[in-house]
Amino acid sequence: MSTHSEELGTSPRWLTVVGLLGLVALGFTVWLGLWITPPDQVQGNLARLLYIHPPIATVALYWAGGVALAGSLLYLWPRTRSFFWDRLAASAVEVGAVFAALTCVTGSIWGRPAWGAWWTWDARLTSSALLFILEVGYLALRRVPADPHLRARRSAIAALLIALDVPIVHFSVDWWQTLHQGGTVLDPGFNLHVHGSMAWTFLLGFIAFSLLFVWLLGVRYRIEALQDQLCDRELEVSLSDRWREGTELAGVGAAGPTEPDGGAA
Amino acid sequence: MWRDAVLVAGKDLRIEARSRVALWQVVPFAVLVLVLLSFAIGPDTAPLHHAAPGIFWIAVLFSTVLATQRSVAIESGDGTRDGLRLSGIDPGGIFLGKAAAVALQLLVLQLVLWAGVTFLLGVRVHVVWLALVASLLATVGLACAGVLYGALSAGLRVRETLLPLLVLPVLAPVLLAGSKAWQAALEGNAHAGADWLRILIPFAVIYLVVGTVLYGPLQEAA
Repeated sequence: MSTHSEELGTSPRWLTVVGLLGLVALGFTVWLGLWITPPDQVQGNLARLLYIHPPIATVALYWAGGVALAGSLLYLWPRTRSFFWDRLAASAVEVGAVFAALTCVTGSIWGRPAWGAWWTWDARLTSSALLFILEVGYLALRRVPADPHLRARRSAIAALLIALDVPIVHFSVDWWQTLHQGGTVLDPGFNLHVHGSMAWTFLLGFIAFSLLFVWLLGVRYRIEALQDQLCDRELEVSLSDRWREGTELAGVGAAGPTEPDGGAA
Repeated sequence: MWRDAVLVAGKDLRIEARSRVALWQVVPFAVLVLVLLSFAIGPDTAPLHHAAPGIFWIAVLFSTVLATQRSVAIESGDGTRDGLRLSGIDPGGIFLGKAAAVALQLLVLQLVLWAGVTFLLGVRVHVVWLALVASLLATVGLACAGVLYGALSAGLRVRETLLPLLVLPVLAPVLLAGSKAWQAALEGNAHAGADWLRILIPFAVIYLVVGTVLYGPLQEAA
């Protein structure tokens, strides 16, 4: 029992630390972004939203997409097959879906004053929205009750197919050149385009959301692992209950052979 | 693998020839979508002409879902899937065969729809080769992606509702590129349409290759 209570204990120390660091970094990003940095030359105060929109999009696309892809590949690879990778990939897709939705929402809030529309059928917007819908599909597939091994394999293959959309989102600004601008901080030649306090706030935003991603991923993974543990435990408990009932009934049956349902009375 | 593919395609098409589900259900459904979307847009010819490529491809997309459902359903009864798995046929061959059967049905369906948009919406295709190539490439992509996702949802009790949710967003690039290519074909602008074929080609190739590779593991998971 002691091992069980250890497994079911509170989340590990490092995860809490990562979460707290992420929240502090987020607080600083908000403070720097809203009060310290100057308004942008062209966009004015509107540019302040860009301290969070690209970091959120980066997490949604590369961090979540990368972890989901790696986890799924490692699960499918027979030598590294373990439920750890399956749970990790599933957690990454779920957290990624939240960040993908946030990407669309923050972009939309920025787009209304900047482009004059909440939504436009731009290549990057459309492919990002598709990514979100694909992730929702993955989560729906995962919720279908099935044998854990089958579910894991199906999910891993579905995640691989979703990963096909990630390069499309990434290159959409170069391939179609619609409304959304290309690479913001670094152009294809890796030249920095943001300077001074704005650059630091921008960088801090990336760190804050990356830390929050790791934290959320860890928390979601724990929930998934605890759910599996609970399932196993419930199975064990009900099995032992049935065993006990069986032996008790057998004992009663031996004591009173004339009354077959004597145990109930 | 190729011989196996021909065998499986032949089996699926023979079942279709005897049951006529695609002929009496999928094709009328596609024509129905065509008519309903035309109702929604209204009787004015200008917006109808403008929307014709989109209407055509939406009808094709919805029909792809139905055709795929049917292709999965063929294998779901009487332990057919296990029989197929135990027969020693190459999984890649099964995938290619099932995709080929769906593709052939979709091509026939598109011919009917082509006639439909010509007569009902009054549009004329000016660059016939462009429309044909776009349809052919799109069909390969649709059939491969459809069969792959069909296998992913095979054996699940909620298959009917889950498959459209999974497969329609995946097919969205085909809807986009197919519509644009057809629009160019209707307007006689071959150059603009050829650009959109560059989306249809990688889509078809990627799903053809990915499907052939992943069908084996998926079949084990079903």
